[in-house]
Amino acid sequence: MAKVQGAVTVDEERCKGCDLCVVACPTDVLNLQPKEVNNRGYHFAYMANADACIGCAACATVCPDGCIEVYRVVLK
Amino acid sequence: MTREEIIKAGTKVYSRPRLLLDANMHYCPGCSHGVVHKIVAELLDEMGLDDKAVGVAPVGCAVFAYNYIDIDWIEAAHGRAPAVATAVKRLNPENLVFTYQGDGDLAAIGTAETIHAANRGENITIIFINNAIYGMTGGQMAPTTLEGQKTATTPYGRRVDLNGYPLKISNLLAQLDGTCYVTRQAVHTAAAVRKTKAAIKKAFLNSMEGKGASIVEVVGTCSSGWKLTPEKSNKWMEENMFEHYPLGDLKNN
Repeated sequence: MAKVQGAVTVDEERCKGCDLCVVACPTDVLNLQPKEVNNRGYHFAYMANADACIGCAACATVCPDGCIEVYRVVLK
Repeated sequence: MTREEIIKAGTKVYSRPRLLLDANMHYCPGCSHGVVHKIVAELLDEMGLDDKAVGVAPVGCAVFAYNYIDIDWIEAAHGRAPAVATAVKRLNPENLVFTYQGDGDLAAIGTAETIHAANRGENITIIFINNAIYGMTGGQMAPTTLEGQKTATTPYGRRVDLNGYPLKISNLLAQLDGTCYVTRQAVHTAAAVRKTKAAIKKAFLNSMEGKGASIVEVVGTCSSGWKLTPEKSNKWMEENMFEHYPLGDLKNN
């Protein structure tokens, strides 16, 4: 079976650190920056466990600010 | 493959919709408005209606909707969005006219406009965000506030003997002959977001086909008003709001 690998980019300045993408991710890829903040003082989301991403776009679908872009490749 | 290689070689499966402008939204973190704005922007782009769409912005948290979605907008007086939309649609029948209202706007001050626009069967779409509170003004009780829910003006919880019952306005609208489609959706999970998108698409199509008024109620969260984190707000909504405002189609002609 073909394996799907995904990756996301987060618009760090747009992110408000609401945590909804972290909750929505089925493979626990995302997390909020524990210490770093963006210009507006929010702990933005990042890929804490990048290898587990399957590119399902659940995080981007629930993101209220549209900060997340999702990329997907099919490995043969 | 590493993350950078996937981003370089992979296909982009999701990004911010073209019509959602780069401006930072003023909504609080985790607000349901952002998701619904994104759905509307995506749909208008996919349906090729961005040049034909006219939105009517309400008074409430979504008052600045015109700053975020790149289509034509009109700002209506508090609660009067369906009346303004009626005029726009009657004068420009080839345009897609929709209103975007909250529960304080649609179910309190705008009840008369909402019910009569729906009863006249105006070919407009009403997107109704129900978060059971007045978010913009600081979390006061709205007609849709649940029994026992604590707000700024009901610090001991809403009392039925004093404040009446939570208003299920979509159920009222579903009884009117002028409405063709009344549905209640939510945006708390990815699956729910997709369902809401399908519902708003159907409502837009109904408006363009001239079938009558379509109402899409989206049960949303107000984490600032409810004094909960966005994640806990979603849980609270699932446990309390869905009991009184069950999801699903109320009318589908």
